[in-house]
Amino acid sequence: MMTNPTGRLTQGQFSFLPDLTDAEIALQVEYGLSKGYAWSVEYTDDPHPRNTYWEMWGHPMFDLRDAAGVLMELKACRDAFPRHYVRLMAFDSTRGVESIAMSFIVNRPASEPGFFVERQEVAGRSMRYTVRGYGADRPEGERYGA
Amino acid sequence: MNQPVEGVHIAGTEIRDAKQRYAAGVLKYRQMGYWVPDYQPRETDVLCVFRITPQEGVDPVEAAAAVAGESSTATWTVVWTDRLTACDSYRAKAYAVEPVPGNPGQYFAWVAYDLILFEEGSIANMTASLIGNVFSFKPLKACRLEDIRIPVAYAKTFKGPPTGLVVERERLDKFGRPLLGATTKPKLGLSARNYGRVIYEGLKGGLDFMKDDENINSQPFMHWRDRFLYVMDGVNKAAAATGEVKGSYLNVTAATMEDMYERAEFAKELGSVIVMVDLVIGWTAIQSMANWARRNDMILHMHRAGHGTYTRQKSHGVSFRVIAKWLRLAGCDHLHAGTAVGKLEGDPMTVQGYYNVCRDAFTRKDLPRGLYFDQDWADLKKVMPVASGGIHAGQMHQLIDLFGDDVVLQFGGGTIGHPAGIQAGAVANRVALEAMVKARNEGRDIATEGPEILQAAARFCTPLKQALDTWKDVSFNYASTDTSDFATTPSVAS
Repeated sequence: MMTNPTGRLTQGQFSFLPDLTDAEIALQVEYGLSKGYAWSVEYTDDPHPRNTYWEMWGHPMFDLRDAAGVLMELKACRDAFPRHYVRLMAFDSTRGVESIAMSFIVNRPASEPGFFVERQEVAGRSMRYTVRGYGADRPEGERYGA
Repeated sequence: MNQPVEGVHIAGTEIRDAKQRYAAGVLKYRQMGYWVPDYQPRETDVLCVFRITPQEGVDPVEAAAAVAGESSTATWTVVWTDRLTACDSYRAKAYAVEPVPGNPGQYFAWVAYDLILFEEGSIANMTASLIGNVFSFKPLKACRLEDIRIPVAYAKTFKGPPTGLVVERERLDKFGRPLLGATTKPKLGLSARNYGRVIYEGLKGGLDFMKDDENINSQPFMHWRDRFLYVMDGVNKAAAATGEVKGSYLNVTAATMEDMYERAEFAKELGSVIVMVDLVIGWTAIQSMANWARRNDMILHMHRAGHGTYTRQKSHGVSFRVIAKWLRLAGCDHLHAGTAVGKLEGDPMTVQGYYNVCRDAFTRKDLPRGLYFDQDWADLKKVMPVASGGIHAGQMHQLIDLFGDDVVLQFGGGTIGHPAGIQAGAVANRVALEAMVKARNEGRDIATEGPEILQAAARFCTPLKQALDTWKDVSFNYASTDTSDFATTPSVAS
């Protein structure tokens, strides 16, 4: 169990709020679509803060302008990976941005084991830090129970 | 636009006969060719608008010509050596003068400078001309550089922010919401070990960044190296506790470049994502640190310590919007740009103007926000503005309404002063932030519904309720000293 005030992984835009309902997720998706963003569903069982590339549940949905369609893809991903972290990401292709505009977690494992810090003491009281996931030593797909 | 000063009372314009023009003696600046009312500014010119207050009896057009002269080629008397040069192109040209509405005795003066006057990629060189001798010129009581237009041709000679706000977000893995920070308090006196405690608590509680204050360098109570070691322990522990990338601006400001490089290198070795410098280190040092940050993939935070000595008074100095433009060119990634609602100077629209300068791809002329020119940023990276100083969770709706998502909101006292502790203070701010972003995205009008959105969030978040109760009556509603004089600006309703 993670020991921060939320007791869970706090990545993404809304981790400090109660879990968003599907209706609330749809409102966020609509907001992104109104800005011209393309939505994408991604999942992982290795949420290390610098694990940038979660698995893609298909490509970003560039031509999908309807929140219901995005929710359908989200549901399919959740059904396939019920114990994984799943996030929604919105891509903005505007010149000078060309990056991610929104990102929030929409599915979590029942128990979130979190991470520990490994310290390697080196010269001059200096330290080399490694942040390691408690579940990460097990193979992909088996980290949060079968 | 205001009424231009008419030319009727102007006796003596440019003398075009060369023999007469270069005869030894003293001429009026406008006779020497520094006043060219029909001048059409070119795309490659640097354009400046000054607010000038001529001494009693000094004609405003002559004063404007003098500003153009003293910030470019002129000296007080005619010199024949001008004729060895293509002096017509080296002379800056005042081309418009207008009285400042509501401020008798003050005038806006527009001046154009040929590109050849400036060394490529050097803020030190640009400032030596534009805010050099001219600001001490006796015929003016006061002079202020209000705004500047950097031509694309010149902008492209600067490397700009080492990281930029888009790549910063990618490195931090934080999108779609303002970032949250706090300055460690008390500013002075904490031992490094105690200092690191504040860092750890704030970051674990939910902040993205903690920050050294501007005057934390390496004093007797805390050696810089000791601070960096303890701070980075707190940063890494908090990253593990939350699963998020965390950072703390390690202030590397020091007496010499060698000292700053040594401190920055150590911050890098310890794995910090960000280092910080103060504006008082000077333009050349800033550009050197920007180069270092670019070489080392480091975010460079700029604390604008000292700017108030020359930006705050409307009649004399340099507007902060000009400083912000220079800093974007020189290359910093974060820049303190005001809060409008907090404890430090800043009229809301004027402050929004600074934010536009930091973040726009193309800044539009916008007189109520104090922006006098269109500015094409030529794809220069964007600076993340920082709102810091006397703000708290109860103002979240105002802050997000004023500044949007691309900003670091820093609640120092508003985190560390929380009645239930630093982590609770961080939770209050993060919950207020996320609730407000969510509500805005859902289509709610946060400017008016903000207080009830916060109250609703406080029902599931006790730390937020405590914060709202503690600071509900705190506001800093004083009149701003620095407002655009082109339009009446609204004050912030509390």
